[in-house]
Amino acid sequence: MSSVRKAKHGILLTILFSIISVLWVSPIFIVLLNSFKKRTYISKEPFKLPSSVGSKEGSALEQFFFTSKKSFVGIDNYTNGIEKTDFIRAFGYSLFITVFAVFLIVLCTSMCGWYITRVKNQFTTGIYYLCVFSMIIPFQMVMFTLSKVADILRFDNPFGIVFVYLGFGAGLAVFMFCGFVKAIPLEIEEAAMIDGCNPLQTYFRVVLPILKPTCITVAILQAMWIWNDYLLPYLVLDIKKYKTIPIAVQYLKGGYGSVDMGAMMAMLVLAIIPIIIFYMICQKYIIEGVIAGAVKG
Amino acid sequence: MEKSMKKYFPIFALPTLLAFVTFFLIPFILGIYLSFCEFTTITDAAFVGVNNYFEIFKDATFIHALWYTALFTIASVLTINVIAFTVAMLLTKGIKGTNVFRTVFFMPNLIGGIVLGYIWQLIFNGVLLYFNKTLTFSASYGFWGLVILINWQQIGYMMIIYIAGIQNIPTELIEAAKIDGANSTQVLRNVTLPMVMPSITICTFLTLTNSFKLFDQNLALTAGQPADRSELLALNIYNTFYGRTGWEGVGQAKAVVFFILVALIALVQLRLTRGKEVQQ
Amino acid sequence: MKKKLLSALLCIAMVFTLLAGCGNKETPAETPADAEENTKEDASSGEAADKKEEGSVYYLNFKPEQDQQWNDLAAAYTEETGVPVTVITAASGTYESTLKSEMAKTEAPTLFQVNGPVGLVSWKDYCYDLKDSAIYQNLKSDEFALFSDNDEVLGIAYAIETYGLIYNKTLLADYCELDGAVISDASEITNFETLKAVAEDIQKRADELGVEGAFTSAGMDSSSDWRFKTHLANLPIYYEYKEKGIGATDAIEGLYLENYKQIWDLYINNSTTDKALLSSKTGEDAAAEFASGEAVFYQNGTWAYGDITADGLTDEEIGMLPIYIGVEGEENQGLCTGSENYWCVNKNVSQEDIDATLAFLEWIITSDIGRDALVNRMGFVTPFTTFDDSYATSNPLVAEAEAYIEEGKTSVSWNFSTIPSDEWKSNVGSALLEYAQGTGDWAAVETAFVDGWATEYAAANK
Repeated sequence: MSSVRKAKHGILLTILFSIISVLWVSPIFIVLLNSFKKRTYISKEPFKLPSSVGSKEGSALEQFFFTSKKSFVGIDNYTNGIEKTDFIRAFGYSLFITVFAVFLIVLCTSMCGWYITRVKNQFTTGIYYLCVFSMIIPFQMVMFTLSKVADILRFDNPFGIVFVYLGFGAGLAVFMFCGFVKAIPLEIEEAAMIDGCNPLQTYFRVVLPILKPTCITVAILQAMWIWNDYLLPYLVLDIKKYKTIPIAVQYLKGGYGSVDMGAMMAMLVLAIIPIIIFYMICQKYIIEGVIAGAVKG
Repeated sequence: MEKSMKKYFPIFALPTLLAFVTFFLIPFILGIYLSFCEFTTITDAAFVGVNNYFEIFKDATFIHALWYTALFTIASVLTINVIAFTVAMLLTKGIKGTNVFRTVFFMPNLIGGIVLGYIWQLIFNGVLLYFNKTLTFSASYGFWGLVILINWQQIGYMMIIYIAGIQNIPTELIEAAKIDGANSTQVLRNVTLPMVMPSITICTFLTLTNSFKLFDQNLALTAGQPADRSELLALNIYNTFYGRTGWEGVGQAKAVVFFILVALIALVQLRLTRGKEVQQ
Repeated sequence: MKKKLLSALLCIAMVFTLLAGCGNKETPAETPADAEENTKEDASSGEAADKKEEGSVYYLNFKPEQDQQWNDLAAAYTEETGVPVTVITAASGTYESTLKSEMAKTEAPTLFQVNGPVGLVSWKDYCYDLKDSAIYQNLKSDEFALFSDNDEVLGIAYAIETYGLIYNKTLLADYCELDGAVISDASEITNFETLKAVAEDIQKRADELGVEGAFTSAGMDSSSDWRFKTHLANLPIYYEYKEKGIGATDAIEGLYLENYKQIWDLYINNSTTDKALLSSKTGEDAAAEFASGEAVFYQNGTWAYGDITADGLTDEEIGMLPIYIGVEGEENQGLCTGSENYWCVNKNVSQEDIDATLAFLEWIITSDIGRDALVNRMGFVTPFTTFDDSYATSNPLVAEAEAYIEEGKTSVSWNFSTIPSDEWKSNVGSALLEYAQGTGDWAAVETAFVDGWATEYAAANK
């Protein structure tokens, strides 16, 4: 194969992928577009641009691109939706729960993973296999009993649910930490101990820094899960007081007697924006985290 | 060292263990127990033996959901993995813009199931409008809708894993094969595929369990409409449990069956693909 | 086994409550939203400490249309008395499931709703006897209460509602003016024959009249399907009960299913919307079509008043016709009037909470704010003696309903509260939809209606 042909091939592929990429993200832009439209035009003419005059009388081109009647409503859908769903607060709860649950999971399970790898007996081996086993349990299996337990213990608030996530997310995290701890040479830790460190000091000064990449991996996998989780917080949290973003979005569907498509589109956009920003900033870690997680998983 | 660490059990392992036992193990065991009971809350549970399990198989919606889920899982595992692998192959050829494409394809994976469902509901209903139909017109629309949605969400993720797998193949290996006169199909079949088998294992495992356990996307996209015909197993269990009075025990029993199925599938799949991996 | 588990659970519970107790104090001001929440909670817990004996109210509301009004009313009560009232509205079509998950919680609803005798069966063990309550003492008649087998008062209706075919008076009058119109005045529509002739003629001459169709879309989205699988289905049930002289049954024969088919055909063949699109049409779509004058007829009830006047229709322009389905003697049929909203007080909460809930209910039906909210803001007709003539509702649809009664027409009672389960409704609804889109046949509706009734009745009463 000549190199000229290969280069040509490459350009063709680049063009092809560029087109696919544009199509790939287009659903998000369609939602964005519709979030500025009056709600009745969203289901009627979803692929047309909002128009501030209406294109019924306009040229064919205008009719092709714009809705037939006046449909542009500015940020009405946003203000309306934010008010209806109490979105700012839902965002606060989602953020609070995700940040603290991830922090707690990373801290506790990395310690636990180190402990059960280093202290080998039947008990710790048992824990390890229980963790592996827990990874495949579908949530429906425990949805009722888990929410009941959380309710009895009064863990039905954003603070309590953090512990619920620790319990429910422990399996995967412990499993991953165990995998990485096994790869750390024992001599390093032994040297630290001989230098007079107690296990706690050894852990924080020696083990944790080595485990840092794994921590990031676990943190990212757990954050992606917890931020987007719907059913667990819906069943566990006290619905009188707390809503997370997915709950708020789902509630828009039927919670007010009718579906306000305008507010729905606006809330979808608001739910996506923080994720995209987060992704832009941490892209490198996220992709590396996924790879590392897959290799060990 | 082990000795000195042992004393530290309460600090290192206890918090995780406590949460794990409280929020996983106890609910799990209680869940199994309740599947043999008739109840509305835990306290009024009355033991009825395996009755609930018989009820399951009299429930036509469960049987339908089982088939629907099985077909959906097969369709999505195949499409996701084939497409993701193809894209990964093309993106490792060193073309311009590889990084941008990788970033773009991965992005939908971060969006949550509920939000994804509503995005695609808008798109599908918009497209189907040109054919005077809607997404909930029949269960097969919902089926392919879900397959497309799940593809959009997961192709990027799997692609990343495949790319990592492909990049791990030593270039000498492929060079050597080419020198021996292998054409590109032969290289793919005899070198690339066996070498990325670990990635294939993990990707099939992930897509398999994800598709089988799918809930949020199903709830948001069609909510089982029309007539619970586009209901996947997880949603069917949820609806049985919370939607019908007097069916809690049956719902819980369905969940146990569901769990056993997931476990079986995961085990069998790991056995099958792990066997094909080559030791590096 | 169970005992051991429970004790293990309790031990862990104690450890964790300790942990959570400590933790809670450390959390303030993590996020702005949370900081706000904390101060609020502090304030309310302070209040709660002062008035501990007064308890609190948690109302799980069934009617999404009135969510805002209930929240306003609760806020007004809290402001007046300091008793905290929480109102949560379940999403449309999810009341039973929300009620179930909420009732299992420690902080269960103190006030909830059942939809009638059938709904009561699942929850009768949770209902407080309301015999001595103000709302029962002031009830106009026992027909608005639900009783247990030993005469305890378990539920009390708070809203009497009416539904029928809402129509646009102006558009119908415009139609009568047209050359060769089937009728010359709306009052001539007194049976199915005429209704059908009018609707089909309007549909044919839609452009002439400037409408999109005779009927609004018969949307089968969960926000709208109850209009047909429940409210419309009431008519064949009503006539069968009437013919047999019964008030409930364990097996329905479907004597009037042919009539059900007629009216359903009329709705779907003469509407603004293509039949294939019905599955995703919402309640809001239909209301908007009617409000903007795109359709002449709209099947719904008195509660829709707010939605249909949102776009400029005036009180004088809306009227309501009985839903004629082609039964002999239907010229004397009136509108469908009844209630599917019964208040029940949860007897499993603390006595303080029960007392607070009863006091709240008394306040609603005696105070000016409460009565005003129920009548004028929510548009209900109530069965309580405390509502004198000064609390007559201004809702023109209610006036229309009263006019029919004065004319001596027989109101159709709400027999859909005897439908054996929600599952029956959704099966009938799905079959109706499939028939409408052409993916199923009418026989499926018959099966769901007749056979479904027997199976669901057996399942609910095993």
